[in-house]
Amino acid sequence: TYAFSAQHTSYNGGLGLYNRPFNESFEETPLLVAVLTYMGYGILTIFGYLRDFLRDWKIERCHIAREREEQRDFVPLYQDFENFYTRNLYMRIRDSWNRPICSVPGAKVDLVERVSHDYNWTFDYTGRVVGGVINMGSYNYLGFAENTGYCAEAAAEVTMKYGVGVASTRQEMGNLDRHEEMEALVAKFLGVESAIAFGMGFATNSMNIPALSGKGCLILSDELNHASLVLGARLSGSTIRVFKHNNMQSLEKMLRDAIVHGQPRTHRPWKKILILVEGIYSMEGSIVRLPEVIALKKRFGAYLYLDEAHSIGALGPAGRGVVDYFGLDPRDVDVMMGTFTKSFGAAGGYIGGRRELIDYLRVHSHSAVYATSMSPPVVEQIITSMKCIMGEDGTTLGRERVKRLAENTVYFRRKMTEMGFIIYGNSDSPVVPMMLYLPAKIGAFGREMLKRNIGVVVVGFPATPIIESRARFCISAAHTKDMLDTALCVISEVGDLLQVKYSRHRRLPSLDRAFDHSIYDEIQD
Amino acid sequence: MAWVEVPGQEKVLKPLLNTVIILGLIKCANFSPQAPAYHLILEGILILWIVRLLFSKTYKLQERSDLTEKEKEDLIEEWQPEPLVPPVSKDHPSMNYDIVSGPPSHNIVVNGKQCINFASFNFLGLLDNERVKQKALASLKKYGVGTCGPRGFYGTFDVHLELEDRLAKFMRTEEAIIYSYGFATIASAIPAYSKRGDIVFVDEAACFSIQKGLQASRSFIKYFKHNDMEDLERLLKEQEIEDQKNPRKARVTRRFVVVEGLYINTADVCPLPALVKLKYKYKVRIFLEESMSFGVLGEHGRGVTEHFGVNIDDIDLISANMENAVASIGGFCCGRSFVIDHQRLSGQGYCFSASLPPMLAAAAIEALNIMEEDPDIFSVLREKCEQVHKALQGTPGMKVLGESYAPALHLQLESSSGSRETDVRMLRRIVDYCLEKQIALTLARYLDKEERFLPPPSIRVVVTVEQTKEDIDRAASCIREAALSILK
Repeated sequence: TYAFSAQHTSYNGGLGLYNRPFNESFEETPLLVAVLTYMGYGILTIFGYLRDFLRDWKIERCHIAREREEQRDFVPLYQDFENFYTRNLYMRIRDSWNRPICSVPGAKVDLVERVSHDYNWTFDYTGRVVGGVINMGSYNYLGFAENTGYCAEAAAEVTMKYGVGVASTRQEMGNLDRHEEMEALVAKFLGVESAIAFGMGFATNSMNIPALSGKGCLILSDELNHASLVLGARLSGSTIRVFKHNNMQSLEKMLRDAIVHGQPRTHRPWKKILILVEGIYSMEGSIVRLPEVIALKKRFGAYLYLDEAHSIGALGPAGRGVVDYFGLDPRDVDVMMGTFTKSFGAAGGYIGGRRELIDYLRVHSHSAVYATSMSPPVVEQIITSMKCIMGEDGTTLGRERVKRLAENTVYFRRKMTEMGFIIYGNSDSPVVPMMLYLPAKIGAFGREMLKRNIGVVVVGFPATPIIESRARFCISAAHTKDMLDTALCVISEVGDLLQVKYSRHRRLPSLDRAFDHSIYDEIQD
Repeated sequence: MAWVEVPGQEKVLKPLLNTVIILGLIKCANFSPQAPAYHLILEGILILWIVRLLFSKTYKLQERSDLTEKEKEDLIEEWQPEPLVPPVSKDHPSMNYDIVSGPPSHNIVVNGKQCINFASFNFLGLLDNERVKQKALASLKKYGVGTCGPRGFYGTFDVHLELEDRLAKFMRTEEAIIYSYGFATIASAIPAYSKRGDIVFVDEAACFSIQKGLQASRSFIKYFKHNDMEDLERLLKEQEIEDQKNPRKARVTRRFVVVEGLYINTADVCPLPALVKLKYKYKVRIFLEESMSFGVLGEHGRGVTEHFGVNIDDIDLISANMENAVASIGGFCCGRSFVIDHQRLSGQGYCFSASLPPMLAAAAIEALNIMEEDPDIFSVLREKCEQVHKALQGTPGMKVLGESYAPALHLQLESSSGSRETDVRMLRRIVDYCLEKQIALTLARYLDKEERFLPPPSIRVVVTVEQTKEDIDRAASCIREAALSILK
């Protein structure tokens, strides 16, 4: 095992804490593109007002659902300006989202074909299926979204034996023996003393952060944290302070100020300080600077809540997440939270940590008392896929998948940067955001890629800052090199067509050398 | 102009400075070489004062600039945080869960003992229905288990669209939307419509997920006494008087009333017709939570609207979870498209969370099929509820809480011992006694410190269609024995 000595009181800029290179890049927006983007939004806004005017005066047909006649004089349910963006900008490119599928969300997926005859206000299903679309959008990092194979068969057996529902909460009559087995396995996988699982990843955060911190506590949350972390922090009633994304100087300054000055106005000392970070940030593709965060937390006595929704299973030589990736001790992280949706092909979330923490959550978590427990086939899928990753089912399938994912990630990112796209994030993260900037290109990119049989995810405002809209690719271990090559070829073609190759640091294509396995050699168990 | 931002000093310094500047400008405007000497001297003084203020150091009052670096380091060394979680004693009543081995169906194995299930919300007995299991299996073989994404990003399956369509048709509304977790359904729906500044009138016995939804919405919450329409009317009248004082604000403040069809905490039904009258009189919107009454009340199982014969369009939003009668996982909201479509972009539990696994959606569709094909099961369920309700009357020392047609009753102590802990312990002993005699019951669980109006401790008794007359009689006599021996 790699021993990480964490008694440094200063972290001297991060040198000496990392055992592998930490490369991330967030290239700056080119000035011309920024100006054009603002202009684009300006034109869309003007047209939006024009269309609203035409709709009001009944010159144009109005497709928007209306309030009931009997309730005309009630206070309006929505303010007009709240929905301005939805009506006039989102509606134009609505076909890029909510695309229905009718097969396993694996490396290739079948989409249900739909057309719109009234500019996306309503959709008609033609009855045809677009088959064999390469899926670059689903969170299928280790390729466990499959309907054949050992995991699916085990889940099928459990479905027939246990049924599908549970109809009771964990504390009442819903605690099955399978749940206890799964939680023991999760604890073993993470390397912590004990773990507890919940039925929904979002609810794991929003229901357990209030149980851990309350009034008189301080929460330091990263700028780009997920909505569930933000909601959980708000519901807890603690004071929330936001530090700049992945910026350790900002975090240190906040910790220092918090301890020295105490609570605002009364200056009483804080009861506890909780730092909320994520393993991989899904919109930026960046990996948290975990060694520095742990050094800071030890220096100042704060608690660390790590949300590994995207990084569990996807990072690290053994697939154990961002703690494994940096070669750190899982006992240093106070609360390890993650979800089973992404790398395990199931649903739900978990929290792992010391025994006292989990015992407390078993008694005081909102989910254990009021929410129905997890469905048995989903639990079975988690057990089998986790055993596969750990190698306990007797095969090396899990290890191979983890390796393949890492290779695919490095290859894809390298090729994208060589082609001249602006890619955000860490060079090891399987989430690859590619910048589009202009609003028109969001819709165009999604549609052009679908025409060429590749399904991608595009994101715009409000999930991202207004000028930084992007396309996001999720690499999977199920993608073969051929699929990635096809996808890269098509992306390059569409990129030239739409002129999204903005990068000014074009790298010369390096010789196609084999993946360097020696990177992982020092971190063998 | 950084110096005008000094807090506290603002009241004195800022107007003074502004006066100085204005005077200075006026003076400059009137400047001419023929001005008298005092004029020029005054000008000079003003200019000098402005220059001085420009260069004087700013100071912030928040930061105690009297702490040295060493003192700060000492403070950091000395600060001791509280432990992350307070210790929990080993014999806390909620600490040790009852372990169920095998499927949680009518015959359930609890802690190694074979029992008859009076504790799971399996009202229509669909948990171990063969048809439902077969459909779930077929779906698993086609789609796998998980969906690997939220609804917006390739997580929408045709099964989801079909389930939403079927639910809308079943409830006779325009549209339905499904969530992947029952608790999150109403907790995401309320904050999507009610924001800061809006007013929500809630019944005191509302369940915990409604309370969390209200907390997330940051609106004004006004509680009215349980099922007391007069109390609600009083609150509405007070609000009307407030509105007249400030009509502009009243025109943009939305008002909602949140009630449950069958309350999970008290097992009685809300007076829906009276509520609809109040809705039109005071112009409030109704949100109805039907987790316990969906698939239970009404001739065809459509819930409390069918039970009372109320037009479904009068209710703005109906929310229910599919984890009780429908024996699957997840929840749904249904209503008019005008209302429901908004949640597709602003329901947090819908947009930012993975979608419902397709096999669970397929199981729910099959459950709906069974409910539609055989509407007699609802009357069978109602009969059984009446039987159980009657059989439990007259238990010594305990009273039955709930309507005679409610499938999830509460058994409370007739007279409390004074301390909640002792009550809970006595009830737990009754439950353990019944478990020994092979009747599976459970204590109703609450988070004592988090509930707004904590209900008194009770035992939950659940009626399902699979229970026979013998089972019911056996359970009733077992509970009577337990009560006699323990509550003397």
